[in-house]
Amino acid sequence: MNVITLLSAEWFRELVYIVAAVFFILGLKMLSNPRTARSGNWFSALGMFLAIAVTLFSKNISGFQMIIAANVIGLGIGYVMAKKVPMTAMPEMVAIFNGFGGAASALVAISEYFARTDTLENLPANDVANQAGQAAEAIAVVAGFNGNVIEFTTMVLSVFVGMLTFTGSFIAFVKLAEWMNSKPVKFFMQHTLNLLMLLGVIALGILFYQDPSNANYFWGIAAISFILGITVTIPIGGADMPVVIALLNSYSGIAVAMTGFVLSNNLLIVAGSLVGASGIILTQIMCRAMNRSLFNVVFGGFGGDTAAVGPEGPGAHTGHYKSMGPEEAGMTLDMAESVIIIPGYGMAVSQAQHAVKELAKLLEKRGIDVKFAIHPVAGRMPGHMNVLLAEAGIDYDKLYDMEINSHFSHTDISIVIGANDVVNPAAKTSPSSPIYGMPVLNVEESRHIFILKRSMKPGFAGIENELFYKENATMIFGDAKKTIEAIIHTLEEMGER
Amino acid sequence: MDVVKIMMVLYVFVLSIFAGFELISKVPPTLHTPLMSGSNAVSGITILGAILVAGKYGDWSHGISILGFFAVLFAAINVYGGYVVTDRMLQMFKSKKDKIKKT
Repeated sequence: MNVITLLSAEWFRELVYIVAAVFFILGLKMLSNPRTARSGNWFSALGMFLAIAVTLFSKNISGFQMIIAANVIGLGIGYVMAKKVPMTAMPEMVAIFNGFGGAASALVAISEYFARTDTLENLPANDVANQAGQAAEAIAVVAGFNGNVIEFTTMVLSVFVGMLTFTGSFIAFVKLAEWMNSKPVKFFMQHTLNLLMLLGVIALGILFYQDPSNANYFWGIAAISFILGITVTIPIGGADMPVVIALLNSYSGIAVAMTGFVLSNNLLIVAGSLVGASGIILTQIMCRAMNRSLFNVVFGGFGGDTAAVGPEGPGAHTGHYKSMGPEEAGMTLDMAESVIIIPGYGMAVSQAQHAVKELAKLLEKRGIDVKFAIHPVAGRMPGHMNVLLAEAGIDYDKLYDMEINSHFSHTDISIVIGANDVVNPAAKTSPSSPIYGMPVLNVEESRHIFILKRSMKPGFAGIENELFYKENATMIFGDAKKTIEAIIHTLEEMGER
Repeated sequence: MDVVKIMMVLYVFVLSIFAGFELISKVPPTLHTPLMSGSNAVSGITILGAILVAGKYGDWSHGISILGFFAVLFAAINVYGGYVVTDRMLQMFKSKKDKIKKT
């Protein structure tokens, strides 16, 4: 048996697929520790490489020009995007990649349908769309289908979920990149319309099952799913983006698993299920961190809601707040023994992570204990703040999540940088607040609180924050990066302690 | 697909979901962003199906080939971009101990 025969043998391909699945699982396992995570990623990539390589030897491939062309272009685009993207824009990046994944799965399922019904291949490449329907009808017996329910369901599902992921991720991308207003967009009878479209997909799915030769049903499902992806994502507010990205992540995995059923390819099923599970877990974590149900996030249209601000409008909160300049803040910090820094999306917006690292270094040099408190929904995607701080060179063992709450009561100064809702004590004290019940960081327990903010305007979710009016809180207005640089300057001028 | 094959495939599906839940729940919150971009890259595995579609006729003359071309293209962006960006992020995660080891 020569090498080519071996490589193109079906049993050998399946064997390599098993090896690839093991590599994917090992890669995820190694992601449980930051020290092994990087090699885990390469294990996973190796699995992918092996799977692609062995697939190229398949006897069913008659020419390589399209495969090579698409791979080269894809490699170029993917590589440049991956290398150029700033860490602050990671949520957009993940969203758009998600969308590509969904689109690819849907396209594979669509092609598989036409390959089996033997329709498109006899047509010229142009005007495929309008002739496909007629040609499909002409062929009474559909070769590939034996009226198998699972095969049908998964084919419809992979097109449905794939298309939904594609357009949904695209909308998420546009919102995250702030190419459109990130506030929820609501229109008349939105939920009714979405429900009708969903029912439409189910109805077309049943019709399609009864008459698989009619490609119009199939195109219909694809078209409705395409629109549905837009209409379900557009009403979701910017503050809920971490949930949406995690959810779309899970959808892209489900689409792959469904495509795996269609092709009866176990590797696609394993990989798709792993990704689907990952997205679902992250979605759950995000929902729990906001004390909201998934249903509420998807249908709530939360964020930018005027009702949440109250009838008086923003800034009408009773009580007084204190403010000071960065110099005074620097002098107070000089006397502190322990500091906790709470970053939020505002830190990312003003690109302040490197200045924050400088400040932390300077404080530590003076023997001050510095910790970072990161709320699960700080930023625009799960773990967003951690990546930014890692980029600035802050050790991950200084980053704490909610477990840090017991430390605030014996901390001298908490510095809140561009975070708002995640430090709002109203979540614990006022049942009328829209965020009541959400787990928050107990910054108000520390001796002093410095709040770096542009103005007194409420944050992304449009909720008034009573923390700003607390006795021990002091506002420092201005751009976060400039403020921190000014604090650093003051500390440096004071010299060694 | 005959019934036995479908059952085998379902078997794989159910077990993988359980494996996924076990594995992912052990990933610490600090690595959630790389987890997302990394799992994105894994979901690019759909490229295997896309390659078979794009290579079926090997030229541009068929509708399927064009669908296949875009399927490979999208999946390829996902795979290559996903792994590269994940690696870029993961190399930034360092602890004090790592730094001591290096020096």
